[in-house]
Amino acid sequence: MRRFVYEISESWKIAAAQMRSNMMRSTLTALGVIIGIVAVTLMGTAISGISIGFDKSMAIFGDDVLYVGQWPWKQVDDWWNYRDRKKIKTEYAEPINRMIVATPKSNLTVAVPTSSVYRSVKYGNGEVNNVLVRGTVSDYVITSTFDFKEGRFFNELESRGGANVCVVGYDVANALFPSASPLDKSVLINGQPFKVIGVISRQGTFLGLFSLDSIVVMPLPAFQKYFTAKSEADILVKVKDKTKLAEAKDELVGIMRRVRGLSPEKKEDFSINEQQALKSTLDPIKNSIAIAGLFITGLSLFVGAIGIMNITFVSVKERTKEIGTRKALGARRRTILLQFLIESTALCLLGGFIGLTLAFLMCFLIGVGFPSFPVHFSTDLVLVSMIVSVLTGLIAGFAPAWTASRLDPVAALRYE
Amino acid sequence: METLDESLNIRPHGRSVIEIQDITKRYVMGEEIVHALRGVSLRIHRNEYIAIMGPSGSGKSTLMNMLGCLDTPTSGRYEFNGKNVAEMDDNELAEIRNREIGFVFQTFNLLPRSTSLRNVELPLIYAGINPEKREEMAAHALQEVGLADRMNHKPNELSGGQRQRVAIARALVNNPSIILADEPTGNLDSKTGGEIMAVMETLYQRGHTIILVTHEADIARHARRTVHLRDGLIESDDYLPLMESEFAISSS
Repeated sequence: MRRFVYEISESWKIAAAQMRSNMMRSTLTALGVIIGIVAVTLMGTAISGISIGFDKSMAIFGDDVLYVGQWPWKQVDDWWNYRDRKKIKTEYAEPINRMIVATPKSNLTVAVPTSSVYRSVKYGNGEVNNVLVRGTVSDYVITSTFDFKEGRFFNELESRGGANVCVVGYDVANALFPSASPLDKSVLINGQPFKVIGVISRQGTFLGLFSLDSIVVMPLPAFQKYFTAKSEADILVKVKDKTKLAEAKDELVGIMRRVRGLSPEKKEDFSINEQQALKSTLDPIKNSIAIAGLFITGLSLFVGAIGIMNITFVSVKERTKEIGTRKALGARRRTILLQFLIESTALCLLGGFIGLTLAFLMCFLIGVGFPSFPVHFSTDLVLVSMIVSVLTGLIAGFAPAWTASRLDPVAALRYE
Repeated sequence: METLDESLNIRPHGRSVIEIQDITKRYVMGEEIVHALRGVSLRIHRNEYIAIMGPSGSGKSTLMNMLGCLDTPTSGRYEFNGKNVAEMDDNELAEIRNREIGFVFQTFNLLPRSTSLRNVELPLIYAGINPEKREEMAAHALQEVGLADRMNHKPNELSGGQRQRVAIARALVNNPSIILADEPTGNLDSKTGGEIMAVMETLYQRGHTIILVTHEADIARHARRTVHLRDGLIESDDYLPLMESEFAISSS
């Protein structure tokens, strides 16, 4: 055992000496690993960045909210079966809430109707196009995950009365009121003035597709007064205990069937959606992007590994006589195998370390230069890269090291 | 009994270190089968100084590789300190080489980028000796060959004779049963060669067992016993008169 330890420490010393004395060659070979590790690490940061962004986007929906809508949140092959479904109406919220209250031990808390259209929002000379204008009730704030930058959400009184008040998203506020506070100012939507009573904090984009901050929320009666045409309605239902999501979903299906007046043999003509289901449809896409990305960048690491293997073969060839001498002095096969494995591993570790440093710097620069670009550098990544480096070294070095360990001492000593 | 033998220098009757019986070695070289050794028997005792001579192709190198446990015979028996070497596997042979045999090569075979001290330490690493002890033993071995002041020099900072002396220090650092020197003066001028042979003589006087492989009669003359090989067989095995005279001196 002690001999094994001495042999290993000796091997590290030899590896270090070997790298020092073949500086040029070692650097060039390590370069292959450096490039490989940089590529894989950057891909790793991008993947974890995308993943974090994805989870953030998903969190917008809340993990305890069910969405009743006409369409399911997934790819459907028989879209014609969904197209002709009856529209979901905001009025459903009322009977749903009644039934929730009437059911003892209901898994549901409250149903919130929403109805949305896209409109322009104006203030003075400023105008923002394609803003999601949404009418809802004061309980909407329970089902949502946003915070307020300033102001407040509308209260129940304003909600029922259909007051001309609104809450604006971060982007809308920024575009129309670059310097002043939008509170108590009136913005024009469809020519109607709405007093701003709150500003929602920045939420970012949904999967990088569209901004979640380009939104205006107002009381439902006011919305219905001015924006009935082409509006899309959804019912949001908050679940009491998110661990009982399935039961809650079943309960809601029952309620909706009664609301729609469906006889037991009829199929449902509505969809109950939730974050988890959407996630499970999008996860495979996310994962295949990750696998493809890692595979492609992994190829560059593979090329680096071939370089290591090659240089280790050269090293074995050059030092055949030294191997013979070591064997004559009592080195076993294992000793020689270890020596060259450690040599290739040391080279890979060096490359991995430099590559990781470069990747870290690049991540930092990308983070500074393009804040919206999803990169995320983590300690896990450092650990994984180092493990990958070591494994690369061991795998790449194995064939040459094995060859060296099997050399016949007589032939090796005679080698010139 | 043994100590008495040693003190009297009656070497041929001491305990045998090496005993080989009728060993043969065949190589296949391409289509041809080469019979490098055709049945060699030899017994080497403790504190002998033996030269193995022969022209190239005589099987001299093959015999040396056998004696050095670098190779195993095709048939025959080889006992090293009573252990049967002929049937040992790679690791066991490595162990024997490490503990029992000190090699001195014609081309020195030092590690070019390591200091004398580190070179001499090498066999001790493979023996699993701890670093402090290693350094102490290596330094002592270098002192014995007169290189106490060259411990931290690398091979390229040493003369040929000094390099070979480092190699000798490396060979004896583990206190092996035999020192196996293959043309130790082959790469040296005759003056330096003479110095190396003087070191060998000293080692012999201190009780080491030395096997010298050479084709030079001048060098072989330093040994007390000479074995001549020809065509894979022992042609002659003589104790030189020098030994007899020495025997006469030491017994008188």
